[in-house]
Amino acid sequence: MPKGKIVLGTLAPHPPHVVYAENPEQNEPISEGGWETLRWGYNRLARKLEKIDYDVMVVFTPHWQTYIGTHFLGLPRFASKSVDPIFPNIFRYSYDLKVDVELSELMCKKASESGLITRMMTNPDFRVDYGTITSCHMLNPKWDKPIITISSNRSTHYYSPEVMIEQALALGKACSEAIEESGKKVVLVSSHSLSHRHFVTESPLPEDMSRERIYNHSQYVWDMALIDLFREGKMREAIDIMPEFTEQTIAETEGGGLIWMMGAMGMPDYPAEIYGYQSVIGTGNCIAAWVPEANKREIVL
Amino acid sequence: MSDEIIQFGLYVPPHPHPLLAPDANPGYKRLREAYDQCKDRIEKSDADIIIVYSTTWPSIIGHQFQANPNSEWVHVDDDFHYMGSMPYSFTMDSEFAARCVEKAESRGLQARTVNYDAFPIDTGSITALSLLNPDNRIPSTIVSSNMYANRSETIVLGKSIRDALIETGKKAVVVVVSSLSNRMFTEPIDPIDDRIHSQKDDDWNRKILEFFEGGRLEDLSQLSREIHGQIRVQKVVAYKPAWWMASTMGQHNNYTGEVLAYEALHGSGGAVIQLTPSHGSMGDKEFDEDDVEYYHGDRDVLDKGGTP
Repeated sequence: MPKGKIVLGTLAPHPPHVVYAENPEQNEPISEGGWETLRWGYNRLARKLEKIDYDVMVVFTPHWQTYIGTHFLGLPRFASKSVDPIFPNIFRYSYDLKVDVELSELMCKKASESGLITRMMTNPDFRVDYGTITSCHMLNPKWDKPIITISSNRSTHYYSPEVMIEQALALGKACSEAIEESGKKVVLVSSHSLSHRHFVTESPLPEDMSRERIYNHSQYVWDMALIDLFREGKMREAIDIMPEFTEQTIAETEGGGLIWMMGAMGMPDYPAEIYGYQSVIGTGNCIAAWVPEANKREIVL
Repeated sequence: MSDEIIQFGLYVPPHPHPLLAPDANPGYKRLREAYDQCKDRIEKSDADIIIVYSTTWPSIIGHQFQANPNSEWVHVDDDFHYMGSMPYSFTMDSEFAARCVEKAESRGLQARTVNYDAFPIDTGSITALSLLNPDNRIPSTIVSSNMYANRSETIVLGKSIRDALIETGKKAVVVVVSSLSNRMFTEPIDPIDDRIHSQKDDDWNRKILEFFEGGRLEDLSQLSREIHGQIRVQKVVAYKPAWWMASTMGQHNNYTGEVLAYEALHGSGGAVIQLTPSHGSMGDKEFDEDDVEYYHGDRDVLDKGGTP
């Protein structure tokens, strides 16, 4: 059996607003659109993924928050309704998804062997978080590939950003070893925003784009600094400044998703494909992709 | 029982162990028994409504009030999913929730009701309501904890709920769902070995319990920032439950306090505490941080009782 490999890794923010704006049949609320810069970027990346041969999408989400280690989805199917506890007015999504339990268990085992605390999640009543659902819907609206969700261990707050980075890199390495051993082709998804300061009020029409802007200029400047490093293929530098970036922008990088993905991908030194950047209720959101095979990389934006 | 708009207040832990695994550890059992005692006391009270402030329901768009008259689903905790599912069916007082929103807005807050099928009620609220009000004898509402709110906003939120109680004439039991120290062990433990994470956490918890036992809720409110710095994992901007509880219950120190149980829950400090408004403890306690609305002159706090 040939070794498995990561065919693409993507930073895929999950504000539920983008699903709301797409008006898929699975989501109850109806919108008049909005956040096109992000959605069109997602649409383009989804078209690229349709042409890529892969077996499973592995998602690291900050909205499944665990304090006792890292947890992995461990049943072959989850079907339920996801209602966002923060934005229930715009996200009430019925999902029915498949999980690659074999690879999930292998990742869990490898992570455990590397010294991390792990647990498989096998309660059939468990509701999959809206971060996973939003990112997966936008990347693969057909839901025709199995997924794996990995929880976000909250070590930033329990210990420090540096401890979180070490653990997330170790988790990424363990997941990479599991992927190689499985023989599967995998898309990695780091599901989160960059700067993450929200407005605490909402316009009567959430998709009123005349009201949408970044929370403040500092957040924007920091987001751009990080995206510049993505473009230049300087991911080691990006990870090095992550503690300060996270502190300065209350960034969702505190969950460790991007760091996990970089750890799994061997810290790419090639340019990322940038698909879009836009604020959602004040937060900074960038869609980016790292493609290991040089002949499949594009300059998108 | 009493004409007080706040019949009494309860401070209870958010973790599901007393609900899902009371026999796994004698401490969990004692917490469960304390919950059961509180359930009986609620049944014997004149309360028309239970108002829950849950630290495990974060909000961003202002303050959310649960208003689904029949809120039903099966919940599973993110960490403790292996302990079992948590089916629930709660009766919410939609009208009172709407009144709270109205009063919150009139005090300058952003607020809204939440009334959606399948809305994910949080672990802490489910644990509390399932144990305190298992047959839905009294309707409830649940208030979110805004992740950006700090002292003044949280205190004004409590006042707005008090406004709603005064206007409707309803009598309430208020329930704060929160740990004391909230640092858990970051690895699995055998429940029988559960203990408070550190001596420091235990010392601080016991000091806080002394304040509760003395009925000194306003003092605790004014110590919130110190408590946050000493024994709270810095997940949110502040330790808000004491602010909300003190504000909703009237901003004074005149309560009869009773600690019914204090135990470890995977390392965190879990306590079941009752505070009942009292008129008998005036004169020996004082607090000094001023109110947040405007300067009233000397407050004569020693002469103030628990009147609404």
